[in-house]
Amino acid sequence: MANDPSYTKQKLKVIGSRVKRPDGVDKVTGRAKYGADHNAPGQLVALFLRSPHAHARIVKISTARAEKLPGVKAIITSDDLPDLTNGDAGARDMLENCMARGRALYDGHAVAAVAAVDEQTAKKALKLIKVTYEILPHVTDVDEALKPDAPVIHDYLYTTGVDPKPTKPSNLYNVAEFGHGDVEKGFAQADVVIEKSYKTEQVHQGYIEPHACVASVNSDGTGELWVTTQGHFTYRSVCATLLGMDIAKLKVTSSEIGGGFGGKTHVWIEPVALALSRKANRPVKAVMSREEVFRASGPASSTSIDVKIGAKKNGTITAGFAALRYQGGPFPGAIPGMPWAAIGAMTSFACYNLANVKTLGYDVVVNRPKVAAYRAPSAPMIAFAVESTIDMVAKELGIEPLDLRIKNAAREGTRACYGPVYGPIGIGATLKAVKNHPHMRAKLKKNQGRGMACGFWFNFGGQTCADLNIATDGSVTLTVGTIDVGGSRASLSLIAAEELGIPYEQVKAHIGDTGSLGHNDTTEGSRGTFSSGMAIVFAARQAIDILRERAAIMWDIPVESVVWKAGHAKAEGKKYSKLKRLSLADIAAEAPNTGGPIAGHNESVPDNAGVSFASHICDVEVDPETGGTRVVRYTVIQDAGKAIHPTYVEGQMQGGAAQGIGWALNEEYIYGDDGRLQNPGFLDYRIPVCSDLPFIDTQILEIPNPNHPYGVRGVGETSIVPPLAAIGNAISNAVGVRMDHTPMSPPRILKALEQLDAS
Amino acid sequence: MAAVLVSTTINGDSVEFACPPEESLLDALRDRLGLTGVKEGCGTGDCGACSITLDGRLVCSCLVLGAEADGREIATIEGMAENGTLHPLQENFIEHAALQCGICTPGFLMAAKVLLERNSNPTETEIRYALAGNLCRCTGYDKIVRAVQATAKEMRQLDKKKSRRKKS
Repeated sequence: MANDPSYTKQKLKVIGSRVKRPDGVDKVTGRAKYGADHNAPGQLVALFLRSPHAHARIVKISTARAEKLPGVKAIITSDDLPDLTNGDAGARDMLENCMARGRALYDGHAVAAVAAVDEQTAKKALKLIKVTYEILPHVTDVDEALKPDAPVIHDYLYTTGVDPKPTKPSNLYNVAEFGHGDVEKGFAQADVVIEKSYKTEQVHQGYIEPHACVASVNSDGTGELWVTTQGHFTYRSVCATLLGMDIAKLKVTSSEIGGGFGGKTHVWIEPVALALSRKANRPVKAVMSREEVFRASGPASSTSIDVKIGAKKNGTITAGFAALRYQGGPFPGAIPGMPWAAIGAMTSFACYNLANVKTLGYDVVVNRPKVAAYRAPSAPMIAFAVESTIDMVAKELGIEPLDLRIKNAAREGTRACYGPVYGPIGIGATLKAVKNHPHMRAKLKKNQGRGMACGFWFNFGGQTCADLNIATDGSVTLTVGTIDVGGSRASLSLIAAEELGIPYEQVKAHIGDTGSLGHNDTTEGSRGTFSSGMAIVFAARQAIDILRERAAIMWDIPVESVVWKAGHAKAEGKKYSKLKRLSLADIAAEAPNTGGPIAGHNESVPDNAGVSFASHICDVEVDPETGGTRVVRYTVIQDAGKAIHPTYVEGQMQGGAAQGIGWALNEEYIYGDDGRLQNPGFLDYRIPVCSDLPFIDTQILEIPNPNHPYGVRGVGETSIVPPLAAIGNAISNAVGVRMDHTPMSPPRILKALEQLDAS
Repeated sequence: MAAVLVSTTINGDSVEFACPPEESLLDALRDRLGLTGVKEGCGTGDCGACSITLDGRLVCSCLVLGAEADGREIATIEGMAENGTLHPLQENFIEHAALQCGICTPGFLMAAKVLLERNSNPTETEIRYALAGNLCRCTGYDKIVRAVQATAKEMRQLDKKKSRRKKS
């Protein structure tokens, strides 16, 4: 029973209540410490020299003059970072991304780093480093990179996933195929077939807190790193591997994280800061500027996608096909064997119950920064393409787009386009909720249009480890290893309170450093509350067993006669009726005499995170004079499985939708012909501001995940998936143009309107 | 160039510090005075995370030089709660879940406080434009606007009570 994850259907008392987050006061008073807020005695300041070229051979780096500058304590280049990755290609790419090795692969690629007594000195030193570059041909566009005459970025890269193996290297590094049935047969059965190609430009996660850390390596080879990260255990293993340290000898403490959204899942400046500290034998602080964040960290793939969907007159979709071309920057990306386009290909038609489906993911290298995960990585782009095409099919058939989706929605027992057969899922319920939502019946004004779209995300469990300790006064501390990115300390405390039967206020959750817990995977895949929550449930059940044993000792009765009820040990049976129930505090006070401190802990890999679906409704108003588009009303409907803290679940739904709106309408990496990023700042890379958006309405549905005691599903990511298509569909309904390129910015919409007029 | 000596008042306390003439007030506050509640998101005045008031006026401290603070009055997030009592805006930001990661929160609170001092009954649009210089990437602004609306209402009711008490 103790480690059984099955849905219990138990009546919940504190879960679902809207308590105050434990980090709230620190965050509203300025006391919360983020990455750049930590300082170490005697620390140096690190700055990076970055390539101004998209692709160049580094002929020579002379650091002699900079080294002589008073106050400069260490300078490193790739010469100081020998390749210790022992055949691990992913780690080697990470090393090369942190510091160029012989070639600069994108505008912003680090080529050297300086540690000096202060920022002014470090800046002067950077100017004294002389780099001789031999400029090489570059390519930044995903389609251009696939052309036969494109410059080949790596002569060692041969396409994987194809048979026979290619004889020449190219920028296409992997092809992945998913699906089932026979799409050709399916298209032959269709009365209507729509084919359309799409492009989505590159966007950045846009966390407000730049990457920051303080690194300190001692002469005995031990080290510490204070850092803003989504995964301090991952940062520890990667940094230790790249620097040849024993993992256990590096202690990583995570700060509060000022936003990550996937962009803080892997290392950037941290191994270099550690290497500088090792060389200078002083602590080193490294903080990226905003320009560096844009040029050299983060972004999501830019893409080029073809979609083909066929349907019968009655609305049954007979076949779906998609070809996805995603660039991952200069390296084969993401998780080994699961590159970005492959992930997108898996999600393509996940909302639908299709007999015939085929998706192809083409992963491509270009001279842009290494792509990192961005909230439901790879899914929003393909959802833009598929959900736009679904609306076109509906229009052609004369069926309401919503009804077409309802008719073809995946359900329990559907074989997903990426392989598995679904258990109970929420796509049908979200669509039904759309149908019943008052938003769908609200009147629209001139130049306004309404659109909707669906979205899917897998969710993820991963390695997890958590401790639950009963303090001597009966209060409870939780030590977890997943970073709190959106309020998980509150949700995990609610879970502990629920299991133990005590008030939320009696529990305090902490994020442990890497010395205090076993390995925890990075907080990604909407796994924080799901997987650490599961570990807390199991840890609490273990603690309850111990509490019952201790009560039995205190009463001198068999443990079988002790039950745990409403936060107390209770003796069962008539002969014990005089025994007064014992609280956590009563039992904790006697702990020294009954066996010592009381704790529960759990180490596990919670699987079956429970897939997540959402449907969004969006009203836009398009100004036909300027092409400017405003979202005037927005509704998010999502299945949360069980909302542990409904307000914070709403926050995830609203935040993801806002990011999706920015992606749809404004945000875009703009590269010049020289391969340089032209808008590395918040002024020119414009994320939505407060006056751009309306209130974002939310409706949480709860279709329990059968593989979680309370039915929880991950909730963090799905909300970014539908907005691009919902807005595209709304624009189409407002002014009659079908947008096939994000962002759907004023110039693109104006151009489409002009073409419409001309036709 | 020699450091500049600056005498200023921060959150009601007299403070003196020396900084290089080219150093921003943001860096001086964070690195010299330990006021790390003032956040740096961009250093170019685009994100508002470093918002403070200088003689009552809302500014991005990254766009002000440390030397310019001489003889002036600064208020930062660290001075917003009085004697351990949170300002109603701080209470409502927690209550309404107007923060997730919290990095932008000090800047939003400073901007919202200035707004409510000037306009005790702002419309939704007025709130949205008053806060348009502060970027938040987590919340979609929904709960931030609601927290400011709730605070405005609360503070108006409080003022009414106070003025009634004065009259009687």
